[in-house]
Amino acid sequence: MPSPKPNVVHPHLRPNQIGLTIRDYEGSMSTLCAGCGHDSVTAAIVRSFYELSTPPHLIAKLSGIGCSSKTPTYFVGGAHGFNSAHGRMPSIATGANAANRALTYIGISGDGDSLSIGIGQLVHAIRRNVDMLYIIENNGVYGLTKGQFSASADIGSKSKRGEVNRFGPIDPVSLALDLGATFVARSFSGDKEQLVPILKAALSHKGFALVDVISPCVTFNDHEGSTKSYLYTRKHLLQLISADFVPFAREITVDYAPGTATSVRLHDGSVVRLRKVEADYDPTDRQRVASHLELHRNRGEIATGLLFVDKQASDMHDTSKTTEVPLAQIPYEKLCPGSAKLDELQKTFR
Amino acid sequence: MNPTDVRNPDYFHKVVDCQWACPAHTNVPEYIRMVAQGRFDDAYLLNRDSNVFPGILGRTCDRPCEPACRRTRIEEKPVAICRIKRVAADNRGDISARLPKAPAKKLGKRVACIGAGPASLTVANDLVPLGYEVVIFEKNALPGGLMRTNVPSFRLPAKVLDEEIAMIVDMGVEVRYGQPVASMKALLGQGFDAVFVGSGAPRGKDLDLPGRKEAGDRIHIGIDWLESVAFEHIHQIGERVLIIGVGNTAMDCCRTARRIGGKDVKVMARRPRPYFKASPWELDDAEEEQVAILVNHVPTKFVVEGGKLKGMEFERVDWRKDAAGKQISKTIDTVFIPADDVIVAIGQENAFPWIERDVGIEFGKYDLPKVDEKTMQSTRPGVFFGGDSAWGPKNIIWAVAHGHDAAISIHNHCRGLPVQDRPGPEVTLVSQKMGLAEWSYSNDYSTAKRAKMKHVDLQERFKRISTEVEVGFDAEQTKREVERCLNCDVQTVFTDKRCIECDACVDVCPTGCLTITPNGEEGELRTRLTVPAANTAQELFVSGGLPQTGRVMVKDEDVCVHCGLCAERCPTAAWDMARFDLTILQAGQTGCTSNK
Repeated sequence: MPSPKPNVVHPHLRPNQIGLTIRDYEGSMSTLCAGCGHDSVTAAIVRSFYELSTPPHLIAKLSGIGCSSKTPTYFVGGAHGFNSAHGRMPSIATGANAANRALTYIGISGDGDSLSIGIGQLVHAIRRNVDMLYIIENNGVYGLTKGQFSASADIGSKSKRGEVNRFGPIDPVSLALDLGATFVARSFSGDKEQLVPILKAALSHKGFALVDVISPCVTFNDHEGSTKSYLYTRKHLLQLISADFVPFAREITVDYAPGTATSVRLHDGSVVRLRKVEADYDPTDRQRVASHLELHRNRGEIATGLLFVDKQASDMHDTSKTTEVPLAQIPYEKLCPGSAKLDELQKTFR
Repeated sequence: MNPTDVRNPDYFHKVVDCQWACPAHTNVPEYIRMVAQGRFDDAYLLNRDSNVFPGILGRTCDRPCEPACRRTRIEEKPVAICRIKRVAADNRGDISARLPKAPAKKLGKRVACIGAGPASLTVANDLVPLGYEVVIFEKNALPGGLMRTNVPSFRLPAKVLDEEIAMIVDMGVEVRYGQPVASMKALLGQGFDAVFVGSGAPRGKDLDLPGRKEAGDRIHIGIDWLESVAFEHIHQIGERVLIIGVGNTAMDCCRTARRIGGKDVKVMARRPRPYFKASPWELDDAEEEQVAILVNHVPTKFVVEGGKLKGMEFERVDWRKDAAGKQISKTIDTVFIPADDVIVAIGQENAFPWIERDVGIEFGKYDLPKVDEKTMQSTRPGVFFGGDSAWGPKNIIWAVAHGHDAAISIHNHCRGLPVQDRPGPEVTLVSQKMGLAEWSYSNDYSTAKRAKMKHVDLQERFKRISTEVEVGFDAEQTKREVERCLNCDVQTVFTDKRCIECDACVDVCPTGCLTITPNGEEGELRTRLTVPAANTAQELFVSGGLPQTGRVMVKDEDVCVHCGLCAERCPTAAWDMARFDLTILQAGQTGCTSNK
């Protein structure tokens, strides 16, 4: 068992707007391998919620099966949580979301959970534009079963024992773009300066926000020949666009040269400011983003940043006209009006 | 910043704040762990190595270690280091077999020590086992110096004092009791190879105010009066007693007065409480014994009527800062406070009427001898000073530190070596890793609050002056208190070339001590850390460039609780927890071949 985390805080640690310190957003101690990228993603999630001052009891954490899916235990201990069957987290998230839209939904999945067994679930959650943050902790291997290639492993990359992968990868970012996702980003567990603003923007986005995080498996995929190792990722990472998250209450004070920055105002009034590294990159033009990604992939570069955002699209609640009141708060008689009403309804279909 | 050189013993030593702050550099965390394990003999002897008088100091030390304790930076109160020392002393068994002994074969070198106080006794403690013959000249009939004459027996029982002094004297030190040294010149003529002056600061300051002469024997000088009580020349005092001064001597005076007849005892202070010289706990103990402490009273005269002391007159004042920031007082009014006796405890001075000014010992400012701070040597080779006689009143632990330093010098001097040649400290650094998440020290953080010392109840303690007030920690208190120690000597040791910058340590650190960031100048770098490092008294650790990005690992040592999680969550063992053991070498010890 790992040592417990000391119950002590830095005396200069500041509380956020609702009076909680960053340590109030932690969960229990991680039982993942020491050095796992997932723990860094967890730390970035903790920081994001703390900085957004989200009340823990208004957060719902969901996951499926795998190393990644263990991580909801390690953040925001005071949140709601559901650990579903392998690959079935999107369905649970969709159902929960339909029943109660007052919560902030965060789903944590992995490349195995999302791109193999659960890919059919993932694509429909994207298609329905479920209002949630969906993180794929992407390390290219099945860590819990000792390091077999996953569906995101690059062709030609080597396993720890030297075996070469012969199948091409599924890129969740391209997949999401193609399916009409409204917020698509990629980041790296080892770069919190980029990851935290992206997560905060994704949490504030209305609709499905997919964040693909390269999160190295320190035990089975951090060797030479791996394309998902810390070293390889750092060498090939290209920050295509960098995001600054500006909460609603704060004024924008930094000016950028014209043409280098785009501001996107989210539904809650907060602003994501995107600084473009390449002048002709337009993160709101789905087609051009897709071709840019293709270009960088062919160059062997891992494009990162908030790659695409569309704030016009309507989310599942708009489309399905769901109730704004959580089902749990609707009086039972109204929620279930009885068999007479049901018969009445059925008559209309005859 | 340049990479931190952890090979310099000072870097890790400073992380062990208590040990760094202790003049004798006692290895505090190690003895606390020994006490935790019930190894009282080991804990006692480890203490004795550096501070010579664990039982005495466990009761009377001024505790420079406690305000330095890291615990004060994360919560209110430090570990009760001093009390734990006393636990080791109170619970030890017979350790006589493990004490240093004088060799049968002597070196043929003779050293004279003046005054049998803590400084001289430390010199003897260090030199006798090397084969020196040490002669101590003592004006009183009993050894101990100020520890016996000025520390009342209700704080330090005679038994404890006698035992620890006997450990030294019984090695074969010749103590000539009742023999004050009247002439340095004569002493130098007796053929000693070295002379150590450890005669203290024996002259208490008087208060020269109108009425002083007329008041006569109802005015007492604090340290002289305490000595008279200790040697049972004085058995009583009037009911109404005023103590002038608010240092630790004043506290001993007022509490002693309460025991021998003083009913209405007032301590009169010129200034407000934050300026008091007395240790906070001594003030508390005095107030517990119903001593009143009156602030902002400046004494102006002794009021004597018909040849009898009636009391004293004071100006009540208000202190404020002037434009230059200097404290100035403004008189509000004048008050008369009746008294039967007045004890003046406003400081003490060194006095060397017995040192002829033509023997090559130069005197400087305030008529103090010129003494080298490292070697303790005066301007006359072979004559050394230590304790209060060197630079005026300090406390026991300083006298011990001076004694160790002087002993090294004397040993060099007697071998014809330069006294400036000092042995460096001996350092070992050993990993404490026992398994994946297992450490050989108690790395779990205890949230326990500082244990409170129990006192004998007021009625009971006033029955006899020698009734010790503090009862010492019981087993339960000790068990909780030892766990409060953060084990600051178990150091976080970083190997930069192993780091893969996975951030695991940065993420897990409960107090935000770690940051991986581009290097920079110190002032600017401190602002960029996970939690900005505001305490500049604590150094930053900065690694060399990390292999993957060339950034650096920065650790702010300030509030590290040494939980070991950085090392536990490190996949490459770039972080390790290693116990830092620093031994300050003493006379005759030579590093790895030390005879310890």
